[in-house]
Amino acid sequence: MGDHHHGPAKGLSRWLFTTNHKDIGTMYLWFSFCMFILGGTFAMIIRAELFQPGMQLVEPEFFNQMTTLHGLVMVFGAIMPSFVGLANWMIPLMIGAPDMALPRMNNWSFWILPPTFLLLASTLFMEGGAPQAGWTFYAPLSTTYAGPSVTYFIFCIHVLGLSSIMGSINIIATVMNMRAPGMTYMKMPLFVWTWLITAFLLVAVMPVLAGAVTMMLMDVHFGTSFFSAAGGGDPVLFQHVFWFFGHPEVYIIILPAFGVVSQIIPAFSRKPLFGYDSMVYATASIAFLSFIVWAHHMYTVGMPVSGELFFMYATMLIAVPTGVKVFNWVSTMWRGALTFETPMLFSIGFLVLFTIGGFTGLMLSIAPSDFQYHDSYFVVAHFHYVMVAGAVFSMTAAVYYWLPKWCGRMYNETMGKTHFWISFIGFNLTFFPQHFVGLAGMPRRIPDYALQFADFNMMSSIGAFIYGASQILWLYNIIATIVAGEKIDKPKVWDGAEGLEWTVPTPAPYHTFETPPKIDPAHAHS
Amino acid sequence: MTSQTSTEYEKYYVPEKSRLAVCATIGLILSIYGAASIMNDMTFGDPGEATSSWTIFWVGMFFFMATLFAWFRTAIRENIAGMNSAQLKKSYVLGMFWFIFSEVMFFFAFFGALFYVRNLVGPWLAGEGEGGRMNDLLWPGFEYVWPMMQTPQEAVGGASAQLMANNGAFVSPNTSLSFADAAVWWHWLPMWNTLVLLTSSLTCHIAHMGILAGDRKKFNLWLTITVVLGIIFLCLQYMEYHEAYVEYGLTLNAGIYGSTFFMLTGFHGFHVFMGMTMLLIQLLRSVIGKQFTATDHFGFEASSWYWHFVDVVWVFLFLFVYIL
Repeated sequence: MGDHHHGPAKGLSRWLFTTNHKDIGTMYLWFSFCMFILGGTFAMIIRAELFQPGMQLVEPEFFNQMTTLHGLVMVFGAIMPSFVGLANWMIPLMIGAPDMALPRMNNWSFWILPPTFLLLASTLFMEGGAPQAGWTFYAPLSTTYAGPSVTYFIFCIHVLGLSSIMGSINIIATVMNMRAPGMTYMKMPLFVWTWLITAFLLVAVMPVLAGAVTMMLMDVHFGTSFFSAAGGGDPVLFQHVFWFFGHPEVYIIILPAFGVVSQIIPAFSRKPLFGYDSMVYATASIAFLSFIVWAHHMYTVGMPVSGELFFMYATMLIAVPTGVKVFNWVSTMWRGALTFETPMLFSIGFLVLFTIGGFTGLMLSIAPSDFQYHDSYFVVAHFHYVMVAGAVFSMTAAVYYWLPKWCGRMYNETMGKTHFWISFIGFNLTFFPQHFVGLAGMPRRIPDYALQFADFNMMSSIGAFIYGASQILWLYNIIATIVAGEKIDKPKVWDGAEGLEWTVPTPAPYHTFETPPKIDPAHAHS
Repeated sequence: MTSQTSTEYEKYYVPEKSRLAVCATIGLILSIYGAASIMNDMTFGDPGEATSSWTIFWVGMFFFMATLFAWFRTAIRENIAGMNSAQLKKSYVLGMFWFIFSEVMFFFAFFGALFYVRNLVGPWLAGEGEGGRMNDLLWPGFEYVWPMMQTPQEAVGGASAQLMANNGAFVSPNTSLSFADAAVWWHWLPMWNTLVLLTSSLTCHIAHMGILAGDRKKFNLWLTITVVLGIIFLCLQYMEYHEAYVEYGLTLNAGIYGSTFFMLTGFHGFHVFMGMTMLLIQLLRSVIGKQFTATDHFGFEASSWYWHFVDVVWVFLFLFVYIL
């Protein structure tokens, strides 16, 4: 069958034309890192402007463009593709498959992303600037008051959705169809489980987002009145459609992170994961509940009381399966032979900080209290605890955990631990004070603020610069590892790690599991 | 999914490196850049100014379509050459199933919007319930009926009378497309549309039984009928749109009734066009290429699933857009 069994092609064509899940995974990971830096740069501009009260550096319009693009780039460009990259690399290795189920489509899913984000970022230089209605782009800010850049943004969302749907269909087909003999569903590593459920969520809600932006497009250019009361529509309709996508979306972001942590904590506790079955059921419950809680993002919009109550109780229910997960992670560590390598540090950091984010989520779920918290910095603090300390910390842990397997070289542990501690301190310094200013009434997405918020905002900005700078250390560590890290050749890089990915040579060869492996029942996860 | 025979796990075919993905991306990005630019020219541009938006759009579309053609041709040739294992074929089945599921969710968004508007927004605008407080302030005199034959804007005297929450003139239709007069039921186009589409689903199924029995003549005949019925549906739909625009004043600008009507039926019509094209290609493959056997005809089967899917969507449309 030609030359594809020998190894990667040479030069640029290897990356452009590849059908190899490891190549595509690598491209996703590097692309998402670039977007992480870009979105991070936008965040630094925001924090620089907010360093002191008063207008310092940028115009208010530009500030709004920064908050909008920061959110969009981080959600759609950094976090989501990073986990898709991880899925590409790890799912075939974890289930004993030779590749993803549909390899050519896999490459297309990736290559849609870079030009789309180029187009999205280029709106910054267009007349009227980039979209400035926030990453949630509520109507009528995004319709009646839309500039030309919003049209490009809408089409970007369409093709990003296309990419996500194709990527997810690929993951579903891979997991359902490509497992090695004996790898039953309840023996799959939890990362594979969380991704299967995430992929289902993506296929279900990305088309709804496509519907939302299509209605926007029609309202802007073709005179429809979906989001205009004058024609019998309703701006709030936009919020309903958007959040029907948007709430499952936040679980799309966090569920693979749960999966990663569920791989790493057992490895460094040298114990099997506590309560594997309940982890699977908890993940499925969270996914189900995510479809019936969306309006908790819009308590203050003027819903009937019955709606407020329904969405409040449904939202609180999510705390139950999430609590199961946190309990299981802690129980996995209980009386384990713990060591604290960098992946474990980031996982424990995840566990502590995500739990804080979960609790503030519970506070926000209470409709009457939310009237006070709504659109304040308290919300900003809450979702950065789950997005950054949740998703990004777990992604960081994943990179340290699997990097030796990917490139056959060990990263610098001291530098890794330093990265963790600087990140941990920087992150908390940034976002913990935002709880206080939010509760005291500082609104989000405003470039200026009242004087009493000055001290906490300065702390936040200093923390953000520290957190941002520490990612440069991470980048340096990754590159130094790939170029000149200490070589390792044992398949099992971490002595406590379990799973098929640790049975293949290190670094993982270009093609693995061309014939399916035997699943040893002793290594079953349940 | 648990059948794990050894033949399923024969050496898996990982395709050679391929230019398809990159070419498809180039076509797609040019198309969307062109399409967005066309719309911006239309809404924000200077009408006299010449732009290259249409050129970019068509170049992109041409490139995209050519790539898709090459892509499917490659997939078909691989299958004919016997390169596809049973396992890969199952992956294609799963892929098609979940693709159709994503399409269902796309329509779900528009149906959701329709239900929300009809059951909640309309009554609220007319002053009912907790959402009704704005009626006095913004839309006094607006009464809600569905189909909405008078927009809130018209109720208060037009676009100039109410400047808040206002982004254009919404002129409601003089006649709705709902079922009006039982005496002249045969004049009612949507009913004919329904008959045509339901019949086409049946003929598509008969074609499927034909190929399962290895009867190519039967397959070709009934598939041709299906495609013709699809074309008839699209023609009827065109007539209906023409009637709506010219005679009934039902346009995209006609308020939420027109918005939901055209978006739901329009996207459905577009899907009928895609399904019809898919079936037509399968027909040509059978007639010209003598492809498909009783056991190997997934290209047709996938297209037929898609066809039944657009049929089911139409049933819901007929119910919620025209009848109820």
